[in-house]
Amino acid sequence: MTEAMIEIDGLHKQFGDNVVLKGISMRVAKGTVVALIGSSGSGKSTLLRCINLLTIPDAGSVRVGSHVMTYSGDSTQLPKDREQAAFRANTGMVFQHFNLFPHMTVLHNVMEGMVTVLRKPRAQAEQEAIALLEKVGLRDKAGEFPHCLSGGQKQRVAIARALAMQPQVMLFDEATSALDPELVGEVQAVMRALADDGMTMIIVTHEISFARELADEVVFMGDGVVVESGPAKDVIDNPRQSATRLFLSRFNGKSPGRDESPRVNRC
Amino acid sequence: MYQWNFAFLVDFRGLLLSGVLYTLGYTVLCIVLGLLFGLIAGIGQLSPSKWINSPLKAYVEIFRCTPVLIQLIWFYYALPSLLGIEMSASTAAILALSLYGGAFYSEIIRGGIISIDPGQPEAARALGMTKFQIMHRVVLPQALRRMTPPLLNQSIMQLKNTSLVSVLALPDLVYQGQLIVHETYRPLETYTLIALIYLAILLPTTTLVKRLETRTAL
Ligand SMILES: Nc1ncnc2c1ncn2[C@@H]1O[C@H](COP(=O)(O)OP(=O)(O)O)[C@@H](O)[C@H]1O
Ligand SMILES: [Mg+2]
Repeated sequence: MTEAMIEIDGLHKQFGDNVVLKGISMRVAKGTVVALIGSSGSGKSTLLRCINLLTIPDAGSVRVGSHVMTYSGDSTQLPKDREQAAFRANTGMVFQHFNLFPHMTVLHNVMEGMVTVLRKPRAQAEQEAIALLEKVGLRDKAGEFPHCLSGGQKQRVAIARALAMQPQVMLFDEATSALDPELVGEVQAVMRALADDGMTMIIVTHEISFARELADEVVFMGDGVVVESGPAKDVIDNPRQSATRLFLSRFNGKSPGRDESPRVNRC
Repeated sequence: MYQWNFAFLVDFRGLLLSGVLYTLGYTVLCIVLGLLFGLIAGIGQLSPSKWINSPLKAYVEIFRCTPVLIQLIWFYYALPSLLGIEMSASTAAILALSLYGGAFYSEIIRGGIISIDPGQPEAARALGMTKFQIMHRVVLPQALRRMTPPLLNQSIMQLKNTSLVSVLALPDLVYQGQLIVHETYRPLETYTLIALIYLAILLPTTTLVKRLETRTAL
């Protein structure tokens, strides 16, 4: 279990004058879960987005499985759209705001990548999509449109949609932050089941107790660098750096306020 | 008091019918070509490359901000002599009206695309879709719903704008009307009937637009 599934080396990213990632290096062993924590604006989302190339790094390299992308800062050397697309397909991403396709049913949301990107026959894609919906407990919602689902159900569909690409790793960017408190559990349960299945995962979360329980390792980011990392329980229970201590003390075992008021979506 | 009398127009029904068919034909061509120009200019203007978006912006502004009648005449008289090519009145008319409509369509299409939540193309990108697939499968289908009412409105304008081809002596409905007036000296009845024909063609379309607008507002 020492083989690294994700290997990030010297990752730099700036937006204008705002240097967000200042040389991040990290490894995620195959089948393990890394929780990425840090205060808002510390660059967690940017790091995740650089790992699946939604944001193109200025410099450094990212390896996921056997796919490697190296960036030198020379914009003429950028990989082709298709190469990047193949890289992204292998790296599942789950967003805070779900981003389900509202014009497609739940089933077609899950099938979309399989049909368009993987070019699977529709019948096969449908069968696999139904199996995935079964896995996230939403088989009976296959024919619904996303606006009919609760936030927790939407996020579980989004997870199924990402899994449909059979990615080698899954990235979660605050997957439960936009959810009503009573819906957080059902999404966390799906994430837990995935981890138990041996999926390699990086989760960005403000749920410290969830990170402590689920993650093998915790990485604390601050100001564009990795401040502290190590086994989850060590970092959370006995942080070595004062910045980590300060950050964790603000939680007191609770989650911070959410940045969005609960919304009710019913049909 | 003027004595209205529409009965004589029955004798010209063949002429009027051919005018209607010409008008509809020009409309279909100008809508299809206009949408094509609009799609290219609308999406192209969103390109980050200045080499692509600047000329398209210039095209849109030139055609939006000059009178379509002048464009029509310019395409017929000036362009052929500038480029040294032969252009029939039909070609010039269709080209000018399509480019004119396309400039307006492009703004509708561009607006529709940028109104889509950026999380949508992002989620599609994360699945590994290419730029073309993202446009085709995710962004355009959602944008199209919002764009349909304004696109239909613009298409109504396209139909009415085809009346301008009569200045190039093309036999559309208005041109046929002019012929009838020359022969009968009864412009009031003739033009009233022609207006009613336009109304009859367009009323169902405007009703449809209204219905779509209430539906997309939901
Ligand atoms: N696309 C972007 N353009 C400009 N600045 C950005 C962009 N994305 C992120 N940033 C900036 O990068 C910094 C880190 O943001 P982010 O990675 O979202 O942090 P976190 O997820 O830890 O809250 C912030 O200062 C944010 O304003
Ligand atoms: Mg973030």
